[in-house]
Amino acid sequence: MTAASQIRLVGGREGPEFYLAEEHHPENGTLLGFWIYLMSDCLLFAGLFATYGVLGRNYAGGPSGAQIFDLPMVAVNTTMLLFSSITYGMAMIGAQSGSVRRTLGWLAVTGLFGCGFLGLELTEFTHLIGDGAGPQRSAFLSSFFTLVGTHGLHVTVGVIWLVTLMTQVARRGLTETNRRRLMCLSLFWHFLDVIWIGVFSFVYLLGVM
Amino acid sequence: MVVMDPAGDIAVRQRDLVLLATGLMLLIVVPVIAATLFFAWKYRASNTQAKYDPEWHHSTRLEVMVWAAPMAIIIVLGTVAWISSHTLDPYRPLDRLAPNRPVPAGVKPLEVQVVALDWKWLFIYPELGVASVNEMAAPVDRPIEFQITASSVMNSFYVPALAGQVYAMPGMQTQLHAVINREGVYDGLSSNYSGAGFSGMHFKFKGMSQHDFDGWVAGLRASPAQLTRADYLKLARPSADEPVHHYAGVDPGLFPAIVRLCVEPGQACMDQMPGMTRAGAGPSAKSGRQHAGAEAPMSTAMNMTGRGE
Amino acid sequence: MQQMQTLTAPGHVDIAKLIFGRLTWDALPLHVPILIGTFAVVATGGIAVLALITRYKLWGYLWREWITSVDHKKIGVMYMILGVVMLLRGFADALMMRAQQVMAFGHSHGYLPPEHYDQIFTAHGVIMIFFVAMPFVTGLMNFVVPMQIGARDVAFPFLNNFSFWMTVSGAVTVMMSLFVGEFARTGWLAYPPLSDLAYSPDVGVDYYIWSLQIAGVGTLLSGVNLIATIVKMRAPGMSLMQMPIFTWTALCTNALIVASFPVLTVALALLSADRYLGMHFFTNELGGNPMMYVNLIWIWGHPEVYILILPCFGVFSEIVATFSGKRLFGYASMVYATIAITVASYLVWLHHFFTMGSGGDVNGFFGITTMIISIPTGAKIFNWLFTMYRGRVRFEVPMLWTLGFMVTFVIGGMTGVLLAVPPADFVLHNSLFLVAHFHNVIIGGVVFGAFAGINFWFPKAFGFKLDALWGKVSFWCWLIGFYAAFMPLYVLGLMGVTRRVSHFDDPSLRIWFIIAALGAVLILCGIVSFLIQIAVSVMRREELADLTGDPWDGRTLEWSTASPPPAYNFAFTPVVHDHDAWWDMKSRGYHRPVEGFLPIHMPRNTGAGAILSGISLAVGFGLIWHIWWLAIVGMIALVAVAIGHSFNQARDETIPVEAVVISEGARTELLRKVA
Repeated sequence: MTAASQIRLVGGREGPEFYLAEEHHPENGTLLGFWIYLMSDCLLFAGLFATYGVLGRNYAGGPSGAQIFDLPMVAVNTTMLLFSSITYGMAMIGAQSGSVRRTLGWLAVTGLFGCGFLGLELTEFTHLIGDGAGPQRSAFLSSFFTLVGTHGLHVTVGVIWLVTLMTQVARRGLTETNRRRLMCLSLFWHFLDVIWIGVFSFVYLLGVM
Repeated sequence: MVVMDPAGDIAVRQRDLVLLATGLMLLIVVPVIAATLFFAWKYRASNTQAKYDPEWHHSTRLEVMVWAAPMAIIIVLGTVAWISSHTLDPYRPLDRLAPNRPVPAGVKPLEVQVVALDWKWLFIYPELGVASVNEMAAPVDRPIEFQITASSVMNSFYVPALAGQVYAMPGMQTQLHAVINREGVYDGLSSNYSGAGFSGMHFKFKGMSQHDFDGWVAGLRASPAQLTRADYLKLARPSADEPVHHYAGVDPGLFPAIVRLCVEPGQACMDQMPGMTRAGAGPSAKSGRQHAGAEAPMSTAMNMTGRGE
Repeated sequence: MQQMQTLTAPGHVDIAKLIFGRLTWDALPLHVPILIGTFAVVATGGIAVLALITRYKLWGYLWREWITSVDHKKIGVMYMILGVVMLLRGFADALMMRAQQVMAFGHSHGYLPPEHYDQIFTAHGVIMIFFVAMPFVTGLMNFVVPMQIGARDVAFPFLNNFSFWMTVSGAVTVMMSLFVGEFARTGWLAYPPLSDLAYSPDVGVDYYIWSLQIAGVGTLLSGVNLIATIVKMRAPGMSLMQMPIFTWTALCTNALIVASFPVLTVALALLSADRYLGMHFFTNELGGNPMMYVNLIWIWGHPEVYILILPCFGVFSEIVATFSGKRLFGYASMVYATIAITVASYLVWLHHFFTMGSGGDVNGFFGITTMIISIPTGAKIFNWLFTMYRGRVRFEVPMLWTLGFMVTFVIGGMTGVLLAVPPADFVLHNSLFLVAHFHNVIIGGVVFGAFAGINFWFPKAFGFKLDALWGKVSFWCWLIGFYAAFMPLYVLGLMGVTRRVSHFDDPSLRIWFIIAALGAVLILCGIVSFLIQIAVSVMRREELADLTGDPWDGRTLEWSTASPPPAYNFAFTPVVHDHDAWWDMKSRGYHRPVEGFLPIHMPRNTGAGAILSGISLAVGFGLIWHIWWLAIVGMIALVAVAIGHSFNQARDETIPVEAVVISEGARTELLRKVA
């Protein structure tokens, strides 16, 4: 009601007015929509975490987490991902101040951290599979590879998106659309960070205990 | 209608519950249907005599009634559901044979191990050392304790005249306690679809006097066949519409091995694999709701039962 | 299996395998006369349609106006068409099952061997839920919600188009399995271990997985889309508690979609990891746990049934108020009831497997939570009842469907609560009683709701009403057919007959199956009458024309605009002051503005959605048949097209003010003539 009373209405007759005289601009729903999507993605991970929770001790004669997790490497990995969140934040500050160069620079650093993370994760996977601890070995390893791998897949998508967005920013500058997209990717990137913290503590730390 | 006219005490109590719940709900359903038809007729557009009040859309009294009426029914029904979930829990040993007939002291239930195979039923009588396929019998008025599992996929063990069904699942063991009160031959079946031969996956359940039952067992004992592990593996191969056959003897370790999915020679049992058991696990075919070998049974963990056995 | 063996033979065959995966000539059902016949009919019909389109040079029109359309109304209509087409397929399955169960007694094994029968009931369930019921409710929401909230489109018009075509791709995948390979033989939820590679090595389960995964993407995104639309794009003045009830139910349903479909995605993804990558989530070996799948699938599956029924509750609420000429009784309690159902639907999933050995505490808990859902549902029924009280009830076709629903659904609800009592479920679970129950609520609720909604909003979409006579014929055939087809199943359930059985021994059962089959034939008459109704209405469209845009004396904003509405829905955005905004406008003497029009920004059509979905279909096909190059190339193409689309800046266009003046002027003229 209050919203309606502040808006210019059609005509000047008696009684309430039922039409708006000017173009109605509903709020842009992209961020909300993206947020809702992230929540659904979060549930996807919740499903994977729950599966890991149920199957995570079914070693079936295969190795346990304590035997195969290389915590120092995972710590490096985690650090890279956490740093990438910070550098993404720097990119957003750059975008806020309107500097294409700074935005692109920090985005590039973020992307490199992302690639580094993926590289280390792939190394870990290769080692495990080479040692006979692949996802086919036991339910525990199936759920481990799937949970961590799904996160890795998300990071991969994030990196591809990041490169695409860098191209778009480089070409068209920090337009409204590009700013909105930067914001969405920012949500996505931080979201992956949060998920990773869950993976790190729930899978790796608890796994070696 | 066998579900409405069963021959075993558990099934009778389940039937009574169906009738009670239906009766309770009819208290509200019948008036609602009647009122729907009556209001639609009474307030039909052509009936200009009826009162028309286009702005009437709220009445606190009616709203309270609207929520309270179903709530009242559900409170009663919920209480019934809660109590009966416990008294008719298939895992609960029987305390009566029929109304006003408690289980006599010293009567041990007849143990029957049930295996759902592709696509037939195997019944092992561990105390008697005999087994049969697609036919089982039990003496009237003696409690029966079923231990149920499956060889490959999920089935559901169901003798409508005897008691409600319980799933038969590979690598897991479920239980059912029941008693048959009337002599007769009843249908038993799998009620969970399990593949191509599913439609033929039924058997006869025979309620017999103790004397007839002893004769039936003697008949089994006279059979030339023995159920060794090798025979079991042959039997377990998929086949449809399997005829009844009997075994005079059974490998005593067979059923636990089936539950733990390690009948084949050289196959490691689920609980013998290092890292498979949880602390304190005691693999035992008798320990209730269990996924073989795991102490906190997986089905239990998944069902979030948390009920201590 | 045979195919795989021939393919693994050494030599030149490997190249064929590289190109075609496990797809061989054996995959085509050339030895099954029924399927060849069906294929001949489908192919002839398909070719005829394609030829007609070509003959009348409609390809361009279809591409420009429909396939690439981002208009929520057209997308809504296309969803409904998809639903009707798939209903025909799903219902053909039902007829085949009914025929088999009538025939297969004693020595006769009917005309369907188990491997066919088992595919048919699986396909029937999958198609009816995912490709009939879901398109129906999504279509109605798509068409109605933006107009009810006074918006010009949804929040993400491109995404909407993409969602629709993904749903189509899923449906096409299922249809393909009819003629290329086979469908799953597992039941519609594909419980492992049966659905695992060890027991279902063929392509059937893979068809199942990928059709649902592809369609699932569409469903999820359309859920996100409609939530954002409802939250962000309501007309000024429309507070949440002034939204039409249908919009409320749409909001809750889409919240359910967003919060439950990811769980389905996970369950199916893990099943495919088992099948494709040799993992052990649900296998019997190496620590897998099939119970995990059963839990996951029902954590999605139970909310799913409320996803279907809630919008239908919304449809009935709108209809009962409109045709009683009266404001809905107990609006607020209706809203709270809807929210209560939404929340509670997550707390009941275990009642689908009381019989898997949970203890009394767990069963009791889930039994009671299930019963609790019946409280808000009961309150809704009463609210509809009291809406008729002191109303002026017009028995138009949508109202007939609504009354049919109220009577039928109460019975289905009752048997549902009965099944929620765990020990009662022990004797009724998996029986035909259960089958009768869920058809009772899904046909009585969702199908009746869809037909009510179609009859109600058809004039809005096309500018003429549906023929009432054929509508009534269709309704009565459906209603009587439903009772004839499913009451016998209740009886059979009480006789201890279980579902998914293709052969019986006991001859005393047969009479009930015969009655059920006759009921199915009556329902067929109902479906045919519905198609005739549409044809007759199209022919009589002049007489049935709705010139005012408000054929039923409606209450909500969609009735304030022309029928069919202009692309922009509203030339001026409406301002809302009360519930039932249009009724409020009418009763307080609104003035429709006839001048001062402005140019209108609208989203521009794009083919990206259809293209992406087409590629997804190819990827799915590649994955099903292990044609790895196709899957890989397709996935790369998906990413490339998606990136390419993100570079597309020409997403909007402006409807010039002259065009608005012309179309609004025409409406002014029309309204003057009618007055």
